[in-house]
Formats: sequence, structure tokens, C-alpha cells
Amino acid sequence: MSAANVRPEEARPLQRSRLYWAFADGWVLAKRNLVQIPRIPELLVFATIQPVMFVLLFRYVFGGAIDVGGESYVNYLMAGIFVQTVAFGAVTTGIGLAEDLKRGLVDRFRSLPMSRSAVLTGRTIADLVRNVFVVLVMLLVGLLVGFRPEAGVAGWAGAVGLLLLLSFSFSWIGATVALLIGSVEAVQSAGFIWLFPLTFASSAFVQTDNMPDILRAFANNQPITLIVDTVRGLLLDRPVGPEGWQALAWCLGILLVFVPLSVSLYRRVSAR
Amino acid sequence: MAEGRPAILAEGLEKSYGTTRALAGLDLAVEEGTVLGLLGPNGAGKTTAVRILTTLLAPDAGRAEVTGLDVVRQADELRSKIGLTGQYAAVDEYLTGRENLEMVGRLYHLSKKYSRKRADELLERFDLTGAGSRLVKTYSGGMRRRLDLAASLVYSPPILFLDEPTTGLDPRSRLAMWEIIGELVSGGTTLLLTTQYLDEADRLADRIAVVDTGRVIAEGTADELKAKVGGERLELVVSEDSDLRTAARALERHAKGGAGGGVRTDVDRRHVGATVEGGARLLVSVVRDLDAAGVQVDDLGLHRPTLDDVFLALTGRAAEPSEEGLPGHQEKETA
Repeated sequence: MSAANVRPEEARPLQRSRLYWAFADGWVLAKRNLVQIPRIPELLVFATIQPVMFVLLFRYVFGGAIDVGGESYVNYLMAGIFVQTVAFGAVTTGIGLAEDLKRGLVDRFRSLPMSRSAVLTGRTIADLVRNVFVVLVMLLVGLLVGFRPEAGVAGWAGAVGLLLLLSFSFSWIGATVALLIGSVEAVQSAGFIWLFPLTFASSAFVQTDNMPDILRAFANNQPITLIVDTVRGLLLDRPVGPEGWQALAWCLGILLVFVPLSVSLYRRVSAR
Repeated sequence: MAEGRPAILAEGLEKSYGTTRALAGLDLAVEEGTVLGLLGPNGAGKTTAVRILTTLLAPDAGRAEVTGLDVVRQADELRSKIGLTGQYAAVDEYLTGRENLEMVGRLYHLSKKYSRKRADELLERFDLTGAGSRLVKTYSGGMRRRLDLAASLVYSPPILFLDEPTTGLDPRSRLAMWEIIGELVSGGTTLLLTTQYLDEADRLADRIAVVDTGRVIAEGTADELKAKVGGERLELVVSEDSDLRTAARALERHAKGGAGGGVRTDVDRRHVGATVEGGARLLVSVVRDLDAAGVQVDDLGLHRPTLDDVFLALTGRAAEPSEEGLPGHQEKETA
């Protein structure tokens, strides 16, 4: 094209590798999503209030009636709250993406010569940062209601690392759900449908021993229980068994499946 | 680009959504540096065509190329040559105007410095400098559209697609948008524009493709399309209901194709219209005939056919029954 030939040097696109642009474009979009967090404070407030209510509900309403075998309930509870909070971040990812779809922004991005994964990595990375903040608030609330972790530096590093990995991997599930379903409202409801059984039929709030056989078999082998047990073990400085590696393997496995799946859905997604 | 090759070419495009057939063999060709108006009612398939040409959607059958690049196989390469402004302002509400434009520049892989410079240039050009540091959610509809159009121009793409750029805008913003688009086109950009507004296509496009139920039913310059309806229309309103029939009979003598040739009467409005040829001279003889027959006339005029007439002539139905309230018919010249 003649127009391209007369383009002045400064107006020409930079030439870099495909991999470089996957990161650079992802970062441009992550920044876009991050600067919006303080501009929509109500979103962050509600994302924080809900888990705070769960802490208060389980600590003071149900807690007295739940026996966790010698451990103080609040110490048992907090690992479950952290994991639940982070896992539900997947819904936020899905809603954000569904809104971009609805507003036609995804159409604009898809018509640009940018990396095909960037809209998704930008979104999931921004939600990871948001989750760090929310978990910090949860920790503070936990300490206020009597949570007394005993972890050393390695234990904290392991627990926080696993929570971040969970946040990131579940965000990709949320993105996939949004690309499959599309509408903001449906994404919201669907999120609760798959996340409620996962987080409640688990060791997040109660020990799985008292569950009926079939439910217990599910609860003991699903990723949330494995992750909760690992985080709990690390925070309370208890020995962590094979569930540590299993938890890690689940998160990585989820990424291996849902990253390529959501990117391929994104390539074909249609606004309406 | 290969000589003589159209900048935008579509051949036999088909696309269905479930049982709904959006495109049923659409053919298009747009020469470099010209403007094609894709004109049709809601649901005619215009947006689907744009989505295919801008790589957002793969066709079920047929092929299309833009600047010689196949929209499916060479989609990645093509995206750096096109700009798209969709049907609704695709800008981020929670970014400022400047941030939106800078982000698009970065995603075209322009340098940070140039993206910023370009954002400032475009804000200035689109009269948004004052609002550049405000969040887009505080913008009016017209401002959003201007920002949206600016975003598609960040890279000055040689080919631009505008999907209904003025739908939903108030008349003043619409005129402002027309002026901006007119400037772009005089700069040599190849433009494909979709619209439901006949006057918009007439005003902006070099050639017009009329789309209905997923295919092009007529194509040509605005004048060629108008010629299809056959010359000018003579319209008159009589003072007395009882004169309507006499006036119609008088017009039949002058109508192109003789009696019944496109003479339409509307009793409620006491209106008679007919397709005629012969300009002002004919007008004089019609007046003489009416006078001789003793018909009192409230209004009489010779109108160049509008694209509304074209659509009616091509499809047998109105393009847009709900066009009242929009600035639509000011191009009618009363003789």
C-alpha cells in the first residue's frame, strides 16, 4: 500500500517476536484493567464485603456448632475463606470479559493486529492483583476475629504462592465460561453454579469425615479440598502430605487445559 | 497492491446463524480510494458483511479479500491495514479519552511516544482536547462516537470500515460526523460504510450497494440508482378532495410510460405523485392543464427521486418506515 510507504519512521509499528507481543499486549491490557479498579470502587468494596460476611457468619454463627477435632475453628476456617475468596474471583474475571463483549470492546480488540491471548492474560493478571488485595483484607479481618497463624517464612510463601496460582488458574476457567455463555447476567449465575458445590462440598468450612460416602469421595478428591488442606497445613505449620503436590498439579493442569481452550474460543467469539 | 485489483472484494459470501440466513451470496467490489455505501434496512446483513471483511467472523461460503489479503487465511496480516468502527461506540467507559486512544496505539504496536502524540493529535482533530482527560463515561453520545472513530484512525489505516456511524445520534452530531467522514475520504482513505439512512449514503458514498435479505440487489452511483426509478417525480397537493381524481387524470397524460405509469394518489393528504421526464418545461404544461381543468393546487413541486424511492422501486416496500424525526429529506429540491 502506498500509504504504508509514506509512513514516517516514528509512525511505523515496532517489529518484535510473537512471544514478545503476547506479553507486551497482555501488559497493556492488564494496566487498562488495573487503572479501572480504583475508578469503580464499588466493585472492590463488594468483592471484599462478601467474604468478610462469610468470615463473620462462620466464625460467630455456625462456628460454635462445628467440630474440627481439637483445632480452634477460626484457625481452621481462615484457609477455607482464603481459598473460597480467591476461587470466586473467577466470576469477576468472567463478568469483566462478558462486559467487554457486550460493549463491543472485544470486537475492537479482535480487529487490531494484537496478540490473540492478550485480552485474556490482561484480564486474568489484573484479577490476580485484585485478589492479592482482597486476601490481604481477609487476613486482617481474620486476625481481628482471632486467627493465629503459626507459619514461618517458607509456610507463608508456600500458602500465598498456592493461593495466587489458584486465583490465576480459576480466572481462566471464568474466562472460558464467559466466552461460552456471553451474557453478563448468565456468567454471574453460572459462576455460582459451578463454584458453590466446589467450595462447600470441600474441607473449606467443615471436615469431610461426616459427609455421606459419595459426597465424601467427591470432596476428598476435588481440587478445592486439596488446596484448602495444603494452605491450612502451611499456615498452621502442620505437616503437608501428598495433597501439596496434588494441589499444585490441579492448578497447573487447569491452566494447561483452560488457557489454550479460552484463547481458541476468543478467536471465534462473536459479540452477539 | 496489484493494479486494477479492488481494495475490497467479496464473492458469494454466505453466513447463517442457526436457521437465520444473514448473507445469501453477497458480492462487493470497492476501488481503492473510493467510498462504498452499504445501504439496507435492519437485518439486511450489512453488519455481518462488515464483520467478515474485518476478520471478526468467518464466512460459511464464498471468499473475500481486503488489500489483496484473504480475510480468513491472511487475517493476522490484514488487521494491520484496517480500521473498524462498529455499530456502538466500542470505547472503554472507565478510561479517559486519551487513555483509550493511547491503548489502541500501543495495540497497533506503535511506540509509547508516538501513541501519545497521535492520541493528542486525534483529540484535537475531533474536538475532544478539553475532554481528553475525563473518563469516557461522562461523555455524550456524540463525543463517544467521535472518540470511537478516532480510535479506528490511530494507525491511519488505508482501509476503513464504519458500521452505521451515525445511528442513534442527534441531528447536530450526525452532521458533525458527516463532516469528519467527508474529510477522511478526501484524504484518500478507502471506506466501506453501512447505513440505514438513505440520505447518508447519498451524501457520503461514491457508489451505493443496496442490500436486502443478505445479497446486493442493486449497485451504482446515487444518480444511477435514481435513474432506475426513472427520472424525477412530480408531486402535487390539491385544495379540494373532489379535484383529486381530475388532477390524477391530468398527471397521467404527462407520466412516464403513460396512464398508470407510476401515478400514486394519497386521499388523506390530497396528494398525487407521478414519475415524469422533461423538467421545468413539463411543469409548465402540467400547470396549464390543471388550470384548464379548474383544479386548485396547494403545493406543486418537481423532486429528484430520493433513495427511499429507489428502495421502494427495487423491493416493493419502504426501506425504513420509521424514518420520521430524522433529518432525511432535505435534499429534495422544489422546482
